[in-house]
Amino acid sequence: MRKSLNRTLLAALLAGTIMAGQPALAQDGPIKIGVLEDQSGDFAAATAVKVHAIELATKEINDAGGIDGRPIELVVYDTQSDNRRYQEFMRRVLQQDEVDVVFAGFSSASREAYRPIVNQFDGLAFYNNQYEGGVCDANMIVTGAVPEQQFSTLIPWMMETYGPNVYTLAADYNFGQISAEWVRQIVEENGGTMAGEEFIPLGVSQFSQTIQNIQQSEADFVVTLLVGAAQASYYEQANAADVGLPMASSVNVGQGYEHKRFTPPSLADMYVTTNYIEEIDSPASTDFVERFRAMFPDEPYINQEAANSYIGINLYKQMVERAGSTDHDAIRAVLAEGDVCFDGPSGNVCLDPKSQHMSHTIFLAKVEDDHSITFPETWENIEPYWLGDAGCDLTQNDPSAQYTPSSPPPAP
Amino acid sequence: MELFTAIFSITYQFGDAFAFLVISCAGLAVIFGMMGVINLAHGEFIMCGAYVTAATARAGLALPVAILCGALAAAAIGMVLERTVMRHLYHRPMDSIIATWGISLIATQGVLILLGPTMQGVGTPLGSMALGDRSYSLYRLVLFAAAVGLLGGLYLLFYHTRFGVIARATIQRPAMARALGVDTRRIYGLTFGLGAGLAGLAGGLYAPTMTMVPTMGATFIVESFVTVVVGGADIFLGAAPAAAILAIIKASLTAWYGQLFGQIGLLVAVIVVIRIMPGGLSAVVKRWQR
Repeated sequence: MRKSLNRTLLAALLAGTIMAGQPALAQDGPIKIGVLEDQSGDFAAATAVKVHAIELATKEINDAGGIDGRPIELVVYDTQSDNRRYQEFMRRVLQQDEVDVVFAGFSSASREAYRPIVNQFDGLAFYNNQYEGGVCDANMIVTGAVPEQQFSTLIPWMMETYGPNVYTLAADYNFGQISAEWVRQIVEENGGTMAGEEFIPLGVSQFSQTIQNIQQSEADFVVTLLVGAAQASYYEQANAADVGLPMASSVNVGQGYEHKRFTPPSLADMYVTTNYIEEIDSPASTDFVERFRAMFPDEPYINQEAANSYIGINLYKQMVERAGSTDHDAIRAVLAEGDVCFDGPSGNVCLDPKSQHMSHTIFLAKVEDDHSITFPETWENIEPYWLGDAGCDLTQNDPSAQYTPSSPPPAP
Repeated sequence: MELFTAIFSITYQFGDAFAFLVISCAGLAVIFGMMGVINLAHGEFIMCGAYVTAATARAGLALPVAILCGALAAAAIGMVLERTVMRHLYHRPMDSIIATWGISLIATQGVLILLGPTMQGVGTPLGSMALGDRSYSLYRLVLFAAAVGLLGGLYLLFYHTRFGVIARATIQRPAMARALGVDTRRIYGLTFGLGAGLAGLAGGLYAPTMTMVPTMGATFIVESFVTVVVGGADIFLGAAPAAAILAIIKASLTAWYGQLFGQIGLLVAVIVVIRIMPGGLSAVVKRWQR
């Protein structure tokens, strides 16, 4: 009798040891990451590199033993710059492939197309793109830069350097409209005036009239928030018509490496605030570029979305390891602790628990006449403060909504 | 002086819109007007012309020669496609729409796979000229001249050459033309090649002003279809006046209300035109001529 009791105790003890040593015993398979990015179509030039960045991070993590001992398995779909594909593939990765997390989306239109589906299946998605800001959604983690990081630095600097009259040229959809609203607000707060504001439908490629409007407006500089290949034709045409005004942007160079693709000097005197581009001269950045090119020697350009995607996987690894599982509630509990940080190619970054957006060091990149890049200014550790200050607090509740300066969250 | 610059500005905007409409629709109008084939791969012939132009210009050819290379390359591809695919689909308009659509998908994705998502372009030549407080790209004036020259050249080709007479005869009475010893299959092949070459020319002419991506043809396609639909089957009685009218609509709406309304104006114009004159402008002009 006594002997068998001992044996039971021993067995329980042994079982306990095994359980403690391997907490992930029940879920020992790979961690599946869904990747929905535009590898073809209108946005492919800027987004094909994101998939490579994810592959690089995956390989490095798997070579080092995976996440908590489990390898990462990627499930990649080409969304073809088509919002319907995003909806289709988002359903597929969440329902059929049962991935643990999804890395998805370039344009704000595509993000807003898939976001309801992520909410419906209570999935977790990383959006690694700079955007117009304002998404307060517990199912989303945003590693891209937002207006308070890109415009609150860029616009006052430009106004101080070139003058207070600002002309905004923006793509006519949610990204352009909301970003233009940010620019307008910051210009007015700093005592400047809007010399003009124009919204361009996606797909428009002829800009003669727009160029004349700008020339007549007495603007000191032009904020260009143009998106996609067709609208990028503006720069060549403005240069040919000798507009000669400095340009400020949150989207060019840092995403679509227009300074590499276009013939100099069509992008001369453009100023961009970005949290990463491959010209950044720091040991972390140089090391990142070297590892990247070792794996993808033909990569045309390593942009900020590539860095953000790379950082995103590493942040996810850290959260899963600290949570001890891929369960979303456990991950959000780790996020709420407020110290999920990573020393990446762009420096140290941290996730803000209230908005689930990321802090950034912001670099002001200037395109010179020969299209080389210089950095006249750097702003360290800009927090994504706007959503949190405005009343979004995902540790308390989840409105799953997008807010703008003119329609902020309801007061808490 | 103030008045002069204002008039010049308006004329410049009109000329710019007119050139874009004429140059982008000419190839489509020839293939549709002469052969009744709706060519959904039109944008991809334009892209082909632009790519070849940029590649040859970067390799060191002078820009006009490079543009010619772009047009010839598109024409050659057009004739090969006519021989292998289109020839079997005449009198089957629905099937030819599907076939050309398929060709356009294959072309865009093929270029994406072979040459990547983007290609370095060529800079716009000629610089700018200043007038009052505004400056204008001189190359835009070249484009306008090219559009007018293109219409003149096509008129000469179709009304003052042997090829033009035979081509028109083939289109109007194919059986009679064959009976008189005309090789109609060859004429169809040449006409398709001409249309594709004109598309390639459009790509070549606009290559210095645009971003080079495999999907760049799509930005021409709406304008060119709108012009051909409003114009009807005849390129001279239809497409040219349609381009002039649409250019006025587009330039004035864009000037007053912005780019969005310029686009909307074009589409509303099409709806109005096909509602009140289904055959387009050229059908009305022809009825009035009789």
